[in-house]
Amino acid sequence: MFKYGDNVDTDVIIPARYLNSSDPAELATHCMEDIDREFINKVHKGDIIVAEKNFGCGSSREHAPIAIKAAGVSCVIAETFARIFYRNAINIGLPIIECPEASKGIEAGDEVEIDFDSGVIYDRTKGTSFQGQAFPEFMQKIIRAEGLINYINQK
Amino acid sequence: MGMTMTQKILAAAAGLERVEAGQLTEAKLDLVLGNDITSPVAIHEMDKFTEDRVFDRDKIALVMDHFIPNKDIKSAEHCKCVREFACKHDITNYFDVGQMGIEHALLPEQGLTVAGDVIIGADSHTCTYGALGAFSTGVGSTDMAAGMATGRAWFKVPSAIKFNLTGKPAEWVSGKDVILHIIGMIGVDGALYKSMEFVGDGIAHLSMDDRFTIANMAIEAGGKNGIFPVDEKAVAYMKEHSKREFRIYEADADAVYDEEYTIDLSSLKPTVAFPHLPENTRTTDEITEDIIIDQAVIGSCTNGRMDDLRAAAEILKGHKVKKGVRCIVIPATQAIYLQAMEEGLLKIFIEAGAVVSTPTCGPCLGGYMGILAEGERCISTTNRNFVGRMGHVKSEVYLASPAVAAASAVTGRISAPAELGL
Repeated sequence: MFKYGDNVDTDVIIPARYLNSSDPAELATHCMEDIDREFINKVHKGDIIVAEKNFGCGSSREHAPIAIKAAGVSCVIAETFARIFYRNAINIGLPIIECPEASKGIEAGDEVEIDFDSGVIYDRTKGTSFQGQAFPEFMQKIIRAEGLINYINQK
Repeated sequence: MGMTMTQKILAAAAGLERVEAGQLTEAKLDLVLGNDITSPVAIHEMDKFTEDRVFDRDKIALVMDHFIPNKDIKSAEHCKCVREFACKHDITNYFDVGQMGIEHALLPEQGLTVAGDVIIGADSHTCTYGALGAFSTGVGSTDMAAGMATGRAWFKVPSAIKFNLTGKPAEWVSGKDVILHIIGMIGVDGALYKSMEFVGDGIAHLSMDDRFTIANMAIEAGGKNGIFPVDEKAVAYMKEHSKREFRIYEADADAVYDEEYTIDLSSLKPTVAFPHLPENTRTTDEITEDIIIDQAVIGSCTNGRMDDLRAAAEILKGHKVKKGVRCIVIPATQAIYLQAMEEGLLKIFIEAGAVVSTPTCGPCLGGYMGILAEGERCISTTNRNFVGRMGHVKSEVYLASPAVAAASAVTGRISAPAELGL
């Protein structure tokens, strides 16, 4: 689990100097580089990111959620998300959830499990749980289809 | 309960009598925009569609502006990918080197954005066109792909914050100072998911270029869009630049707003946003220490228009850029470049010791054409001062108006035009 504060912008998630590539694997190697140089050495498949307010603010670059997903992160929990990042994460199938209490209550190293249908976040290490903001049905359909394009194709 | 200006546009585009904040709607799109960074990802997504077609070749704009002219081989490959896509689908509004400009200055100038439009762009500053009374908002590449294929996009109808602008701004106070003041007041997430609707008699004193700058930075307060009412100046601008029919929407008198602010423009002063957030604002008279700069950038989708270049030139005329400072001026489009040349502004810049670049987003996002080294400091008319935004993670960006950036280039430290006796 990786924990960050307010206003983590998409420039620090994936600096523009790497936007001459659109390859997810290559983008992943620079994920979080300007906020946490150690991130990419420490991240394991299934890890989560927990942040505070306005996660993913700034540039609309979809490369940001793409890099996070390709780095192996299974979910981002934040107090709030910037709206373009929120849309992008849903559209590419990166699970995200808004929950101010979880953002404060979960600590680095905790093992966390999330039920996206109900929005409940379980902190298995501490034995606590938090009620996050469940997605509206429409967005759940996009997530179940594994992204917006598949959803449109299925319609 | 009445609707806001944004809600009325979205209702019309969704074919509905009325919409409410929070409602999910699907709207018809008048324009879908992408650039050389975001379009390749969208084009790749387009491959997943069962049908290989675009909804309307006239309603897609592809602008090569971020790393253009190509800064390296990978950027060249991206542009090639977009160029081939534009050619294959016969995209009317494809802008490459020679025609291109910074997208948010270029599209209104080309008449592609008018009042009443619903516009999405895979670039966060797509909110700029709200200056003309359009609903326009930034999205990612997948939304851009879906928009290009279907001509539609889903939106959660936003609630709104009303900003009542009154009075006339003082000399050297521009649209940039207005929006930096507002972001300083409400914070970088102060308008999260919401519309920022600007109203009031003060708008009459703001040029169209000022309004583009203000709407452009709505995203820096987290806003979904920024929007202005359509007055005589906006109508004159659209008639000059566009042959398209426009539709004027006005907010209902009983429209509901989450919050309302009144801002007396005559009380505002030149304003600077300190590192590393646009909300860290101070007026120039509140800056007591010397903040020595290494670079000044005058340009971008926020401040690369004629008003901006004229203000910078007025200050730089007869002065020299301080030794040790690099001053980079970037006219936002070819037409602006030409106009600046005809008005003698480029001569003023060059004689002052500044360089003039072809249109590009370049340094604003740390792409090229003015990257900062460790420990360097830049005053910039761009829109973001995040950590590492213009280069090294230990460099600093201070956001300001073209007038303040030009005055600072002359003194070598952050300065108001008044310091030069202007």
